[in-house]
Amino acid sequence: MNQPAFHEPGLFEVIRAVLRREITLAYRHRGELINPLMFFVIVITLFPLGIGPELNTLQRIAPGIIWVAALLATLLSLDTVFRSDFEDGSLEQMVLSPQPLPLIVLAKLTAHWMLAGLPLILLAPLLGYMLAMPLDALPPLMATLALGTPVLTLIGAIGVALTVGLNRGSALLSLLVLPLYIPLLIFAASAVDTAASGMSITGHLLILGALLVFTLTLAPLAISAALRISTT
Amino acid sequence: MKEFFAMGGYGFYVWLSYAVALGGLLALYLMTRGCESRVKRQLEKRLRLEQRRKSRDTTS
Amino acid sequence: MWKFIHKFASPKYFYNISGKILPPLGWVTLALFIVGLVGALFLSPPDYQQGESVRILYIHVPAAMLSMSCYVAMAITAAIGLIWRIKLADIVAWAIAPIGMTMTIIALITGSVWGKPMWGTYWVWDARLTSELILLFLYLGFIALQTAIEDTRSAARASAILALVGLVNIPIIKYSVNWWNTLHQPATISKMGKPSIDASMLWPLLIMIAAYMCYFAWITLKRSRCELIYRERNSSWVKKMVKEAS
Repeated sequence: MNQPAFHEPGLFEVIRAVLRREITLAYRHRGELINPLMFFVIVITLFPLGIGPELNTLQRIAPGIIWVAALLATLLSLDTVFRSDFEDGSLEQMVLSPQPLPLIVLAKLTAHWMLAGLPLILLAPLLGYMLAMPLDALPPLMATLALGTPVLTLIGAIGVALTVGLNRGSALLSLLVLPLYIPLLIFAASAVDTAASGMSITGHLLILGALLVFTLTLAPLAISAALRISTT
Repeated sequence: MKEFFAMGGYGFYVWLSYAVALGGLLALYLMTRGCESRVKRQLEKRLRLEQRRKSRDTTS
Repeated sequence: MWKFIHKFASPKYFYNISGKILPPLGWVTLALFIVGLVGALFLSPPDYQQGESVRILYIHVPAAMLSMSCYVAMAITAAIGLIWRIKLADIVAWAIAPIGMTMTIIALITGSVWGKPMWGTYWVWDARLTSELILLFLYLGFIALQTAIEDTRSAARASAILALVGLVNIPIIKYSVNWWNTLHQPATISKMGKPSIDASMLWPLLIMIAAYMCYFAWITLKRSRCELIYRERNSSWVKKMVKEAS
């Protein structure tokens, strides 16, 4: 027993530690949290100004607009998710740590989703109402966003992990990630559309749930592999 | 002959798409040829430089 | 078996073997193209519905087929390079990417030119055209990522991950786009449909498909060889070869 007693943290302790670290860090930079949200609101405000204020037209395109704006806002907020950790070297520590990297990544992204995804979900009904969506369609809108924004975060993080070592990764990031968002956009926007016309959307939600489970299992592995490449 | 090029009124579309397809394949071929000649030139240049350096080393 | 694969994956062996395959493959490709084009332009009959414009089929369908299978081939070779760290596989994946992109562009342009007489407009958001457009974006992303990373090793590995993610996504994208298209199908568009193809039109199509595939194999080998000797420029066998050639 020459070695000093060393406490090996369990998996849940790791998750809790990463979550606490991320939330503390985010709290220190409160201003940056608001930016993607403001982007979300402003982009949606631009559409009535560009298209015209007729409620029928707005109602028709509202689900698509809100979803495209949520998608872009998520991408914008994700851009920095690994950047500062990469620059100060703590990302390398995470890659080298004995704890499974996919788990750390998942915890990090959970924290990110709570800070960037949840506010979007809460804000969406207000914007939907402003775009003349029927009240019945607002809970389905929130449901699709609740199932969809984690998928946006997970898929987007793959692209961020691949481009984190590059100087000008942002434009490249959207080229890499946006095509992969297309299935989600199609199913989610049409779910809201279906709900607005008063039909059941159980099938749509099941597909979105399947997409969520699918990306939740595979994306952390891809992100970890990408981070390992980017940090070497 | 004229009839053949007219393609029953669809001549423009048919010949345009054939030109695009064969042009694309040809462009790919020319790109590869360009790559080959560029690499060849670079390798030969390296060889010349190395030989010159070697001969300079032996004379000095 | 493993010994054979490792021998084949050695750059020098690949270079020698592919050098022997290339000339006959090139001639076969040319012959197939000549036969296929004669069949497509002269011997096959015009369609009873689409008239002579059906001749676009013979160059559009093979390009569309290859655009998909090129991506699969690219992703698989990139994965082989990523997992077993075979440099040759990285090079082949690098070589396939612009070929697949060209096939996608050809399929897109010929498809929309075909659409003009059929639908009355060059672009409709048809399921197949839309999937082809998304595929083009995937190719562009792969190539952009590869050119953005300077170190060739990590460029190959990072883009391999991207290609694999894309490969997993392609079936989902195809399915979702098909579903989206049937959902929003406007009534005015007459579907091209899938008529059971007559033998007089089938054989030129099959020959054109074979010609495109041979061309793909030929140009892939050619591009891979070119990049191979560039990346192996410091190895003794390339130096020896250059010395002997000059």
